[in-house]
Amino acid sequence: MNKAGLTLLLVAWLVASCATMDPSLPAPDYATRADTDRWEAIPAGPFLLGQHDASVEIAHPYEMMAYPVTVDQYAGFLNDALADGMIKVGKDAVTGFYPGDPFRGAKHEEEIADGDWLLIPLADAALRLGFDGSTFTAKSTWELHPMTLVSWFGARAYCDYYGWRLPTELEWEKAARGTDGRPFPWGDEIARENANFYASRDPFEEMRALGSRTTPVGFYDGSQYGDYITLDSPSPYGLYDMAGNVWQWTGDVYELQHYRYLRGGSKDTYEMDLRVWVRNSATPTYISPGVGFRCARDVK
Amino acid sequence: MSFLRTRLNFLFGSTRGLILVAIALIGMVTALWGMLSGPMAEMGVRDVVVKALNMDLIQREREGRIIILYHAIAMAVVAIEVYLITGLVRMKDFYRTATRLLVTAGYMLAMFFGLAFAYFGHNWVFHGLWIFGLSLMFLAGCLMVVALWPWNSDYYIKDRKSPYAHTRNGLDLERLAFFAMSLTTVISVLFGAVPGSYFGNGFDVFLAENIIRNPEKTVLEYSVIGHLHIMLALIAIAVTLIIGRWLDFKGIYHKIAMPLMILGTIVLNIGVWGVVTPLEPIAHMIIYVGATPSMLAALMLVIFGWDRFIREGTAGIKRPTFAQKLAALVRDPLRFGPLWQMVFMNFTVSGVGILMAVRLDEIFRVWPAREERIELTGHWHVLSAIIATIILLYYGDLTGLKGKVRRWYGWAIILLSDLAFASVTIFEMKRLFITEAEQQPLVNTVMLLIDLGLGALLVVLAMLMLWRLGDLFKSKGLWARETFQKDLTEVAE
Repeated sequence: MNKAGLTLLLVAWLVASCATMDPSLPAPDYATRADTDRWEAIPAGPFLLGQHDASVEIAHPYEMMAYPVTVDQYAGFLNDALADGMIKVGKDAVTGFYPGDPFRGAKHEEEIADGDWLLIPLADAALRLGFDGSTFTAKSTWELHPMTLVSWFGARAYCDYYGWRLPTELEWEKAARGTDGRPFPWGDEIARENANFYASRDPFEEMRALGSRTTPVGFYDGSQYGDYITLDSPSPYGLYDMAGNVWQWTGDVYELQHYRYLRGGSKDTYEMDLRVWVRNSATPTYISPGVGFRCARDVK
Repeated sequence: MSFLRTRLNFLFGSTRGLILVAIALIGMVTALWGMLSGPMAEMGVRDVVVKALNMDLIQREREGRIIILYHAIAMAVVAIEVYLITGLVRMKDFYRTATRLLVTAGYMLAMFFGLAFAYFGHNWVFHGLWIFGLSLMFLAGCLMVVALWPWNSDYYIKDRKSPYAHTRNGLDLERLAFFAMSLTTVISVLFGAVPGSYFGNGFDVFLAENIIRNPEKTVLEYSVIGHLHIMLALIAIAVTLIIGRWLDFKGIYHKIAMPLMILGTIVLNIGVWGVVTPLEPIAHMIIYVGATPSMLAALMLVIFGWDRFIREGTAGIKRPTFAQKLAALVRDPLRFGPLWQMVFMNFTVSGVGILMAVRLDEIFRVWPAREERIELTGHWHVLSAIIATIILLYYGDLTGLKGKVRRWYGWAIILLSDLAFASVTIFEMKRLFITEAEQQPLVNTVMLLIDLGLGALLVVLAMLMLWRLGDLFKSKGLWARETFQKDLTEVAE
């Protein structure tokens, strides 16, 4: 091949690498055994927190959703909240009221004032929801996938609407690792069949164009999907998807900063970020195809 | 016995031999440990390596392992710089020999036993030897500070019209710049050593990029953050001074550059040390003030060097055209390369850093912390790798590469590394122009280019090392001539 041909090939390849792709393509249609209404109880008591196993006490028992909130569940919430006048649907986004945070003007701190804040965007092609002007519906094949492109306000609004709340970081970590200090919800080591992470070769991954995509909640429960066999990977308290698939918003609002914290790693990160103590943070308006949430509630 | 003794005498008794050993070890560690992360891990190569070498990778110890790995490689790079400085700057033979002895024992102990401790189970004797190795490196640094003492009349510049920067009473400012760099290096080492010595007693291991958003950090955390930044900056300053000496930097640019480099080195260090003092709120401002003259000094070196290459390359041509000047500039990639890499660094390191500093809250802190981490780690990996390529280019000259081999080796290092570094920069900054949902084709392309660039560069290095290995088996190989070369500017024929 002469130099001109080689150059042309290189340029074509580079142009192709910048080509747009369609993130709204349907997912492989695998149903899981997940009961998305299930909650798991986490008892009060001490556990080992963080990479260096600090002993910490959580004095209250609580419950957490066994799975991240699904697209279908979130669509239901939006329809209910819209009917109740709790949310506003604009041209490009759904917004909801948030009462604001105390602002101390610390270095890098941004003010989160009271007002309407973004819950989810509407114009994003990666959104797994459709809106026909009156009703929200999960897009076909995505119903049981975790709700993504949801801001911290959107996650909080969901939990708040049903009288629940987002888990604190401490609650989240205890629910993920139990009391024995393990690095992953299911134990000490990670295999590709334990969770959905970057290049984990699950059937939803399409690395040529679409990249790593979410798996339906509860996918890694030891089931076989076609030729793909998963490992049963619950946390000690029976929660699934506590590592990988989507980062999960937690509820803490810390002094001197506006960041909200995310846990669990995601389909887009290497396994090191799936270790239960790893923290990620973002502004509360941040939305991503790799970010979702689940709720917690107190035990009465 | 004579076969072994003469080879060992070359490898551990001559400047070029010592550098060769260190480069070979860095190359092997980089190639092997590079298989444990990134695309090699994705492809499953890591699992094979871990199993084959019986590595013991405990999840919670990842950060500690990485820190030891960084140090193991950095110690060997510092050792190479020490070999070059002790070969290029005048000092008493005792200091030269003692410094080299300490630094060689130090980096080898740190590299072998540090990696053995971190990756192959926790033998605490190995940990002790790792610390002992680091301590020897520190001792070597202290000795080099003494050796480079500039207020010794033996090293004064006597000729008032000398083209080299000096004060009125003859103080050699380049020597002072080497001295300032060495002194501040041994002081800055303490900013890492002190927190390290507290490990488990109020200090837990962490990677700086993981705590950047903590609104409040402990003094020991600040100390580590300062340490890692300044050590890399000082390694870069050292390599700039080394390249200047190699190219016989002199004249008006030298006279401007050396005071700037001394000032920059001192102010930069004060700024970084300031992060653990009440100066913390203005430490960044002091660092900017210090970095500016250091970078200007490097610019002077680039102007001097390029001007010289053009003049030498167009000697005999009455009125050289632009094309002729350009051809003269790039004629020898081994001499053009180090200075070009310093310029290229501005696009892939300094420019990115300045953009981050200026638009931190508007852009980078809007991104999630994990995206900011990619930006930060990419940024300093590129700086480290650029320094490594500059050393490799200089080594290519030292080892006497000539003709086509010289050109191919030089251009391969420049082009392959810059292809990789440019791709890393695009990868770091991708969120400025593409969404997460749409990024995969771009990510695939830049990752491929990064791997292609760095992988091919390692192959080029491996070829050079294999050639040198083969040479050791010749009775009168290049090694035999290099054993007795004292002056680093002298090339074996």
